[in-house]
Amino acid sequence: MSSLRVFFRGLLDENPVLRLLLGMCPTLAVSTAALNGLGMGLAATAVLVASNILISLLRPVIPDKIRIPCYIVVIATFVTMVDLLMEAFVPGLHGVLGIFIPLIVVNCIILQRAEAFASKNGVFLSAIDGIGMGLGFTVALLILASVREVMGAGTFFGLALLPATFEPMKLMVSPPGAFIGLGLIIGLINYVQNQREVRRRA
Amino acid sequence: MPNLFVIFLGAILINNFVLTRFLGICPFLGVSRKVETAVGMSLAVVFVMTVASLATWTIQTYLLMPFGMLYLRTIAFILVIAVLVQFVEMVMLKATPTLYQALGVYLPLITTNCAVLGVTLINLNENYTLVESLVHGFAGAVGFGLAIVVFAGIRERLDYAPIPKALEGFPIALIVAGLLSMSFLGFQGLL
Amino acid sequence: MEIKKLAISSSPHLHSGVTVRQAMWLVVLALAPAALFAVFHFGWYVVAILVTGVLAAVLGEVAILHFQKKPLTVVQDGSAALTGLLLALNVPAGAPLWMVAIGSVLAIAIGKHVFGGLGYNPFNPALVGRAILVSSWPARMTAWVGPDLVSSATPLALLRAGEALPAYSDMLLGFKAGSIGEVAVLLLLVGGVFLIYKKIIDWKIPFFYIATVAFLTWALPARGQVGYFSGDPLFHVLSGGLMLGAFFMATDWVTTPVTKLGRVIMGLGAGIITAVIRLYGGLPEGVTYAILIMNGLTPLIDRYTMGRRFGVR
Repeated sequence: MSSLRVFFRGLLDENPVLRLLLGMCPTLAVSTAALNGLGMGLAATAVLVASNILISLLRPVIPDKIRIPCYIVVIATFVTMVDLLMEAFVPGLHGVLGIFIPLIVVNCIILQRAEAFASKNGVFLSAIDGIGMGLGFTVALLILASVREVMGAGTFFGLALLPATFEPMKLMVSPPGAFIGLGLIIGLINYVQNQREVRRRA
Repeated sequence: MPNLFVIFLGAILINNFVLTRFLGICPFLGVSRKVETAVGMSLAVVFVMTVASLATWTIQTYLLMPFGMLYLRTIAFILVIAVLVQFVEMVMLKATPTLYQALGVYLPLITTNCAVLGVTLINLNENYTLVESLVHGFAGAVGFGLAIVVFAGIRERLDYAPIPKALEGFPIALIVAGLLSMSFLGFQGLL
Repeated sequence: MEIKKLAISSSPHLHSGVTVRQAMWLVVLALAPAALFAVFHFGWYVVAILVTGVLAAVLGEVAILHFQKKPLTVVQDGSAALTGLLLALNVPAGAPLWMVAIGSVLAIAIGKHVFGGLGYNPFNPALVGRAILVSSWPARMTAWVGPDLVSSATPLALLRAGEALPAYSDMLLGFKAGSIGEVAVLLLLVGGVFLIYKKIIDWKIPFFYIATVAFLTWALPARGQVGYFSGDPLFHVLSGGLMLGAFFMATDWVTTPVTKLGRVIMGLGAGIITAVIRLYGGLPEGVTYAILIMNGLTPLIDRYTMGRRFGVR
């Protein structure tokens, strides 16, 4: 498999959130503003790339029977590092994301990539896979967070985007808006995909 | 005592773990196709979350805090939960095979249920006492159970609905979850 | 499992002779007196709101059906018009028309058509629309007005603020602030009894709903008060959206239980939630949320109150 294909697979066809429906908790929880979505996405990407690399390196060492606990320890170590680094350098964002930073440990995307890819592939490809999947997660978060922020607060990355006469639809930045917004976005992607399928067959 | 009541109702109705805090979304969406499985999952989660609250509180108070190793909480807690789930699985298999048959399949899934790790981290952040942690863990899991069972009831009914093709499966499930979450907004400011 | 999927009650299957379309128009007829009173009480702007609500709902439904390439004749069942009307009756009399239109369209789209249309929606569409509006523009949805659109507090808000309450007679007749369709309590009661008489709705849900609210608001002390069995049930029955909700929305065919016991539970549950929110909640009124939550519980209520056929475990 070419590294280019591995990279773009995570972004598009196997986008973890929009196509594989993994990592839902942080996606729904922190997507109230574009900046939070971007921060969460990059934090998870960092953990994903690092854990993919290390797990790929440790392939010959890790006994098959206890591989899952081993992966979890590796992931938890990197999460702790990211957690502490963010607390030191971006305390504001760290506060907003709250417990969803330590919860990257149980983000299904990361464990799933460890089990399904890094444990079977070389270091270079695993790193590429981590970057692709991580950016795919980030892009999905950014899409949902942007839609929610623009509709629910009338701003984008904190900048006033719409005229003052626009009255933001506060529902979109509240919990129900996260569920409904993500449902409609995935529905829209499915619709486009279905249309493409129909055209291909015609 | 009133504080415990506030924690209890708060975790079920106002800050429902699934519908407001977004914890445990994966099993909420994944194990909610049938009411029976949703009930089974809920019981397993109630059990594990309560015991996990007890175990992590003990570790945090008697191990992490005295040695100034609180920064290791994420690693320590996830290991405790993983071991705990394994342990519960083994005890259940030996002691009550019937219960194991009912809940066994859900137990491995619970390790990566972020509601479990989430509740232990919230307990820590809120500086809850042992009893408060226990009540919070139990109530959070009951809130999870309430949400997933109601949700499963609605999804079972939707099995027969002519849902637009693009919205079938997860999109419609997310929309239902959103409407459920919106209904729970009525409890905002309660207590 | 397969057998259960097909479980419907055994014969004889009775048909009341009323079609969906007739039922919808009878409900509109039953609502008409209260709506006309609102025009008289609040002024002509109410007509603009009602027309906007109905038109947006119908046009929204036409657009969605067209997009899905479904037959447009579905609109004729009148359910979209009724949803639009109910939504418009559930906003303050000074609500901006754009907001009413958005509420109507979302009620039809997110409340109904994402589930495949009428008969499959788990939640009452009009209440979905209303809840979306309340969460989105809370200030606009609580900007209550009296006659001539002069701002004025609802009885429930006055109660919260500890201010003087209107006389019972005014509350019964509708001379108070509130959502367009909820003020004329007496006329809503007449319309509701008419629907029960016509066998469009079952008496159990409104009866147990209103009785539960009355009992609990009498029996329980509101937040900050002491003493049991000293509340004012008459005030609570006559205020807020209870009449409108109990007769016209908690009785929706699609989103409420089908069993007799289930309907009693629906009424009791909605009553308990409404009373708890009114007495202890952050919001002054809880009818919308009470009915939505009971809508959500409806599949479970039906499931556990449905009789099991002999031999089926």
